[in-house]
Amino acid sequence: MVRVIGFLVGLVFAGVLLISLVSNAASYFRNPPAPLASEEFHKEPKPLRLASDGPFGKFDNRQLQRGFQVYSEVCSACHSMKLVSFRDLKGIGYNDAEIKKIASDWKVQVPSINPDTGEPATRKALSSDNFPSPFANEVAARAANNNALPPDLSLITKAREGGAAYVHSLLTGYQNQPAELLKKFPDAKTPPNLHYNPYFANLNIAMPPPLTTDGQVQYEDGTKPTVNQMATDVAAFLVWTAEPNLASRHAAGLAVAIFLLIASVLGYFAYQNIWYSSKREVRVTGALDPENQEKNRRAKAKQGVAG
Amino acid sequence: MSFSWAKPYEPKHPVMRWIDERLPLPRVVYGAIGGGYPVPRNLNYWWNFGVLAGIFLTIQIVTGIVLAMHYTASTDGAFNSVNQLIMRDVNAGWLLRYAHMNGASFFFLVTYIHIFRGLYYGSYKAPRELVWMLGLVIYLLMMATGFMGYVLPWGQMSYWGAQVITGFFSAFPLVGEPIRIWLLGGYAPDQAALTRFFSLHYLLPFVIAGVVILHIWALHIPGSSNPTGVDVKSERDTLPFHPFYTAKDGWFAAAVLLFYALVTYYAPNYLGHPDNYIPANPLATPAHIVPEWYFWPFYAILRSFTVDFILPAKLWGVLAMFSSILLLFFLPWLDKSPVRSGSYRPVFKRFFWLLVIDVLILGYIGGAEINARNVALGQAAAAYYFLHFLVILPLVSKFETTLPLPNSISESVLHGEEAEAAPAGQTKTKRGGSVATTTAH
Repeated sequence: MVRVIGFLVGLVFAGVLLISLVSNAASYFRNPPAPLASEEFHKEPKPLRLASDGPFGKFDNRQLQRGFQVYSEVCSACHSMKLVSFRDLKGIGYNDAEIKKIASDWKVQVPSINPDTGEPATRKALSSDNFPSPFANEVAARAANNNALPPDLSLITKAREGGAAYVHSLLTGYQNQPAELLKKFPDAKTPPNLHYNPYFANLNIAMPPPLTTDGQVQYEDGTKPTVNQMATDVAAFLVWTAEPNLASRHAAGLAVAIFLLIASVLGYFAYQNIWYSSKREVRVTGALDPENQEKNRRAKAKQGVAG
Repeated sequence: MSFSWAKPYEPKHPVMRWIDERLPLPRVVYGAIGGGYPVPRNLNYWWNFGVLAGIFLTIQIVTGIVLAMHYTASTDGAFNSVNQLIMRDVNAGWLLRYAHMNGASFFFLVTYIHIFRGLYYGSYKAPRELVWMLGLVIYLLMMATGFMGYVLPWGQMSYWGAQVITGFFSAFPLVGEPIRIWLLGGYAPDQAALTRFFSLHYLLPFVIAGVVILHIWALHIPGSSNPTGVDVKSERDTLPFHPFYTAKDGWFAAAVLLFYALVTYYAPNYLGHPDNYIPANPLATPAHIVPEWYFWPFYAILRSFTVDFILPAKLWGVLAMFSSILLLFFLPWLDKSPVRSGSYRPVFKRFFWLLVIDVLILGYIGGAEINARNVALGQAAAAYYFLHFLVILPLVSKFETTLPLPNSISESVLHGEEAEAAPAGQTKTKRGGSVATTTAH
């Protein structure tokens, strides 16, 4: 009975799937799907090499500090970084005094309460504060950015396919719309207030090019601030904001892997050792071998020796 | 335990004797996973994955309990409690979270291997039907737990995954929508849903642990199956679980944990989806909503029904998806072949490997973007899935000519047919091919 019902259920499901398959195929050939500009002209991120890459990757603090400078002078005008606090900057090599100064000099103050009147007020940021957001709320952010919402950057390299390479490619990927695209897709002209960028999913991004000229940020360590350099540095910095424990994770992973490797090798030999006698079904050899004992007994009997 | 030669527990230490006389817990443990449980001597490495599933369940419970100490189950606080507090400020919080995230994936991975081992070696057949069915109950509980756990960080995929999966219920006419609202505690996933998912996500692993005990209990009545599928006939066919299988499971567990550690420490987000690092936003639907990889085959089945044929396509998809798991409960009665092991079933074996490829294709399609080719491939693969279990398997079990079985497990070991259980190069028969006379322990 189970098999009869099963047989019918199986045939019904397979039948409905077949109908789906055939009707899809028919509609596909009747109206082939139109190609999309965002499929044909979208580009994968350019490869980007950072010190934090790979299993032995560590952060390059000088690069992270440069990246932080780019964030604070350029990106932070629109993008919040809510999950990171000033004290976290210790992780990229700033000392307590420097962090205190960075916090109190931060151009956006922290919302607070006037201690005398109880009215809303602001105060200077402390080391223990998270980075204050440039806009009070989403409505304010959209109102200031043509209804586009600048995403929070705390986790951006983990929240986008391609990670740091995507950030770098996006920042350096602004260009004029290719003539070929407009020829093929006349309706796909980048709308006003948007900017053509082939690394962005739908090709047209609301963010205006943030890094436009070499030397836009003056690096203190003498590195030449080309657009590419600034984009690379800020991408590296955003890897750190998304994954501040990366270096200790890599180091701990190595220790754990070595421990488990030794444990499995020792365990394997212990296993061999334990199974050796049982699995081999040991046969006694030499004088104690029953066959030899039988031979000995016969030989002794033949020679008349009592045994 | 049904074997007469199973060694009874003899406490060596007076303290253990004292305990054992009052509460025979040491006796139970000894009989379950100690020297008192005789196991077929020819188990191969596919038999290691049950123990591994137990190890990963333990890892999940331990890391999960500590994570729960720092997690905030609120729609405002959940994302930050995971991504700021746990990932940045809690000591080794990043390790706990990545271990838990990837532990779920590895728990499913070893469980899938365990299930496919059961399918190949006929572990669902008499007298182990209840072992199989309890295993499926564990698997269903795992799916519920895994799904609800993925909702907890309250990222975009958490939110939209909850939306889509609870949306399955609304496919059912009349009762569907009220059930969905009742499950969610609202019209869309919100605070009520998040809090109850957290509560259930904490509860269900302990229910799983309880069903695991039943699963092992039911297993230990007939004893473990083995690669030949031949019943244990004498003491010569078995070895005590401890130290033989504890040693084998031990080193293999360390090797699998090494693999797990490499993923956890060096590619912790590889198995996840970037969108879950974006806070949940009910107003912005992600471009591609996909569940975690371990649900992809079922997601592919769901999405393969695209035509309203008598019933709406969505209802077909939901019915098929639920059926695809529920039909496994009937497997012991769908496959009536008296031969358990696929090794002695030449026709079954081919279809088994076809099923493995089919499920891998379904998995790929479930996670891939939707286009004409993928949809068609998914439909063909989904159709094969149902035909395999409901049509092909019953027919094969009826008409197949099976290969001759060995007389006993020991015989098959001596013939080198099932040499996997022994360390390399140590199974060759001794001089003259005579059967061993002594077995040293």
